Amino acid sequence: MFNIIVCAKQVPDTNEIKINPETGSLIRDGVPSILNPDDANALEEALKVKDTDPDNIHVTVVSMGPPQAQDMLFECIAMGADEAVLLSDRAVGGSDTWATSNAITAVIKKLPFDMIFSGRQAIDGDTAQVGPQIAEKLDLPLVTYVQKFEIASDKKSVKVERQLEDGYEVIEAPIPCMLTCTKELNTPRYMNMAGIFNPDKKITVWSAKDVEVDLTTVGLKASPTNVFRSFTPKPKGKGTMLSGDTEKDVAQKLVGSLKKKHVI
Amino acid sequence: MSEVNFAEYKNIWVFAEQRDGKIMNVALELIGEGKRLAAELGDDAKVVALLVGSEEQVKDLPKECFTYGADMVYTVTDPLLEKYTTDAYCSVITQAIQKFKPEIILYGATHIGRDLAPRVAGRANVGLTADCTHLDISLAKYIDFAEANTTLNTAGLDRNDPDKKLKMTRPAFGGNLMATIVSPTSRPQMATVRPGVMQKLEPNPNATGEVVEFKPVLTEADLRVKVLEIVKSAKELVSLTEADIICSGGRGLGGPEGFELIQKFADKVGGVVGSSRACVDAGWIGHDHQVGQTGTTVKPKIYFACGISGAIQHLAGMQNSECIVAINKDPDAPIFEVADYGIVGDLYKVIPEIMDAWDNAEALADALK
Repeated sequence: MFNIIVCAKQVPDTNEIKINPETGSLIRDGVPSILNPDDANALEEALKVKDTDPDNIHVTVVSMGPPQAQDMLFECIAMGADEAVLLSDRAVGGSDTWATSNAITAVIKKLPFDMIFSGRQAIDGDTAQVGPQIAEKLDLPLVTYVQKFEIASDKKSVKVERQLEDGYEVIEAPIPCMLTCTKELNTPRYMNMAGIFNPDKKITVWSAKDVEVDLTTVGLKASPTNVFRSFTPKPKGKGTMLSGDTEKDVAQKLVGSLKKKHVI
Repeated sequence: MSEVNFAEYKNIWVFAEQRDGKIMNVALELIGEGKRLAAELGDDAKVVALLVGSEEQVKDLPKECFTYGADMVYTVTDPLLEKYTTDAYCSVITQAIQKFKPEIILYGATHIGRDLAPRVAGRANVGLTADCTHLDISLAKYIDFAEANTTLNTAGLDRNDPDKKLKMTRPAFGGNLMATIVSPTSRPQMATVRPGVMQKLEPNPNATGEVVEFKPVLTEADLRVKVLEIVKSAKELVSLTEADIICSGGRGLGGPEGFELIQKFADKVGGVVGSSRACVDAGWIGHDHQVGQTGTTVKPKIYFACGISGAIQHLAGMQNSECIVAINKDPDAPIFEVADYGIVGDLYKVIPEIMDAWDNAEALADALK
């Protein structure tokens, strides 16, 4: 069996978050929780590998979070993952990226794996740190920002494109390895009935004790970064609305004003 | 984590990222920021540029680091460092940290910095804050920053507090929230910083300083991945962070062909083309044009937001532009809240008129009373 692990996170849909203009605080009520978008690309790529030999390739989704993160894992199974594991324990609550990677590494060490896929970053924190830190804790070769993926027919290596700001690198990595995936990699599939109703597919919930993680390396207290303060940015004052009889009038007022204010 | 003796950790390092022997702009920005922080840190803290690469790539670069304010340069060279690989760079930087014990390390939040820094943090077991947009050491400076730019109630903070932890401020939740992070228990304190937000110093071509060579232990076996090829994208390099003028299109363009007008507009005013996330997600334009929390942070002299409604995640990436001009059909679009000049109208009619008026600016300015 060739085993692929996909790391996934349940996140609030940050496009739906609003700010209360009076208090300046976040309104999270009614904001839907979703499978982190880049993680959906990671799962899709794993499932594409599985499609090549479904009986001999096993895809396990691993996550950490509160019990309701099972909803997201159910979605992963409905897309085609074989099983899912959720680490859910107050002891790991409040973990920063370093502590989170320790916790998830402990989960992965309990599972057989040949390859690990994760999303490039999660939309709630946008840090892109947990994937590389898991690779470090597991001493695995790492490629981030993967935008194209190919696995050798002998499944001993992969050839990938790693996105750069002004192009890409073509990289060959041995298996086992860890890859973090961008949205350019693929288009995630929809959930399907076979996935939803397959009774062999299960979600396992583990505690910190189950994964035998060193409790001095997880949770809020063990985290090397702390939030000192948090706040919302100050809204910028409203500027000048320009109007006129025609588009030409308005455009001329604009260009004239930019010149007058020495902007151009 | 084992106990660390904080007194041993000194100086501010900047990972002076180079590609093909050319220093990334963000590294020079970070040297400038490092200088500012060093003054707040006191104790003769030095700004040290860390140059990693092949000898050929690195040999002419210390001068540039000094010109932009570095006090000292460490060079780490080896033929195996010619192409960036996570394994090799992580190994040599961790070795350098162990030997020299810096108090702070700043990396550009580039595709390389964001690959390297977390792996170094994982190996050195230290805290790392991603994608910072503001840094402070002195609490008084932090209070000034917070009062000018944020909704934070600073009543509980003491201007005279001697605390010298690095306060790393970054956006979260798509720019809806800002958080200031500290790493009180581990050293070095590490941050990646978004390109384009910090200020380069005025170059001083006569500046000079000490160059120290560091020879790490590195063998071919340490490099587990192989970079077979580096491909530059054929299309013109989009340099949003360096542009004086950005013409950005949003969903209001109605379709990918709308970017043809935006491109003409940009050509006319000498700008580059930006985009909202919605257009990138819809496949209308490449991701390298994306401005916003998950794209590029920009602060050009003029930002034209054309058909962009102004989602918070977009505002997070452009609201520090010197002048924002918004053109949108919807008078209630949030983009007007941050615009210096707002025009409610059809961008397909307004933009061609702006292009027409552009060469006439002098006369039009005189015509305004």
